[in-house]
Amino acid sequence: MNLNATLLGELIAFTVFVLFCMKFVWPPLMNAIETRQQKIADGLAASDRAEKDLALAQDKAKDQLKDAKAQAAEIIEQARKREAKMIEEAAQKANAERDNILAQTKAEVEAERNRLREDLRKQVAALAVAGAERILQRSIDEAAHSDILEKLVQEL
Amino acid sequence: MAAGEELTLSSHIQHHLTNAKMCTVDGSVAFNKACSEAGFWTWHVDTLAWSIGLGILFLWIFRSVANKATVGVPGKLQCFIEMVVEFVAANVRDTYHGKSKLIAPLALTIFVWVFLMNLMDLVPVDFLPAFAGFVGETAFGMDSKDVYMKIVPTTDINMTAALAVGVFLLMIGYSIRIKGVLGFIKELTLHPFSTKNVPLQILLIPFNLLLELIALVAKPFSLALRLFGNLYAGEMIFILIGAIGLAQLPLHFVWAVFHILVIVLQAFVFMMLTIVYLSMASSDNH
Repeated sequence: MNLNATLLGELIAFTVFVLFCMKFVWPPLMNAIETRQQKIADGLAASDRAEKDLALAQDKAKDQLKDAKAQAAEIIEQARKREAKMIEEAAQKANAERDNILAQTKAEVEAERNRLREDLRKQVAALAVAGAERILQRSIDEAAHSDILEKLVQEL
Repeated sequence: MAAGEELTLSSHIQHHLTNAKMCTVDGSVAFNKACSEAGFWTWHVDTLAWSIGLGILFLWIFRSVANKATVGVPGKLQCFIEMVVEFVAANVRDTYHGKSKLIAPLALTIFVWVFLMNLMDLVPVDFLPAFAGFVGETAFGMDSKDVYMKIVPTTDINMTAALAVGVFLLMIGYSIRIKGVLGFIKELTLHPFSTKNVPLQILLIPFNLLLELIALVAKPFSLALRLFGNLYAGEMIFILIGAIGLAQLPLHFVWAVFHILVIVLQAFVFMMLTIVYLSMASSDNH
């Protein structure tokens, strides 16, 4: 247990170790630790901000959804109204068309009947005349009795 | 037991507590017993080799981690190293209020280096001396009794004294840097007894100087002797336990577990006192 030159050697080693530690070990380690601490602090702040942003966005989304629902209801209502209107219009149009066609057909039928009746009358008149002619052929002068025949034709 | 059977217990202990010495005698290198007359210029090669080796191990591990240190998610080793660094940095922050780039790395070096040197105490006491004796016998043809190997550098007063002297020089350096030479002298002479009466104050200067010098010198002495004493005593008990045969196993276990506390505590105390002393040296208000 006596002091000797070992002390000097250890003193030099101690000095070198401390200087090495001060230059090459402490600064990079401390730098890494402090940078990480800063990053973590930043990250926490960012996550807080993001949470607030999220809440805001959720509120906004809720509002927008409400708006969209209202709009959709309105559009559906409008569509329904338009549908009813269109059906009504179509029905009116169809009715008019039907009436139109019916009237036209009636007129055609009427015209045809008139024409047929005219034909029939003429034929009956001719038939009557022919009948009468046959009956009266021998006795009646056609010219003398034409006024009677005319009256007969009128009455038919 | 590592030593031969003809060795008595006391010579066994003596063998364990002797450093491997190296010196120059008559211009040539000599070892161990040949150095008994060499006086101051004797080198304890085992202390030097183990302490410098452990110091390099410490700096190599920390430097390689520092090189690869990422600011992202750290690996397990980096986490551990950062825990140690943060622990030291927190202690320095709490205790030392001046601005200094030196104090924190100094504290880290002292803490880890002293811890590693103390840790050698947990290597079973006979392993490495026996191995050194075996190597000396087979490779160099020496008597294994003449091969010394003391693996715990902090059980060598030279080691602990070197640390204490380094801290002491820093204390004086900081005192002078912060307070100036005059301020330092004033601190040594005008306290603790101070008065406004000038002649009386001059009379009191020798007493003050004596007290302050004792207080100043006591600091490195206490640093060196506390560490040395604790580790030397611990080592001694390990050697005694190792000398009692099979019954040593439970005893050795109990003492080793207790010693885990001692080696960390002593490293911590040395670091803490270094910070406190340098803090006192840097503060103006006496």
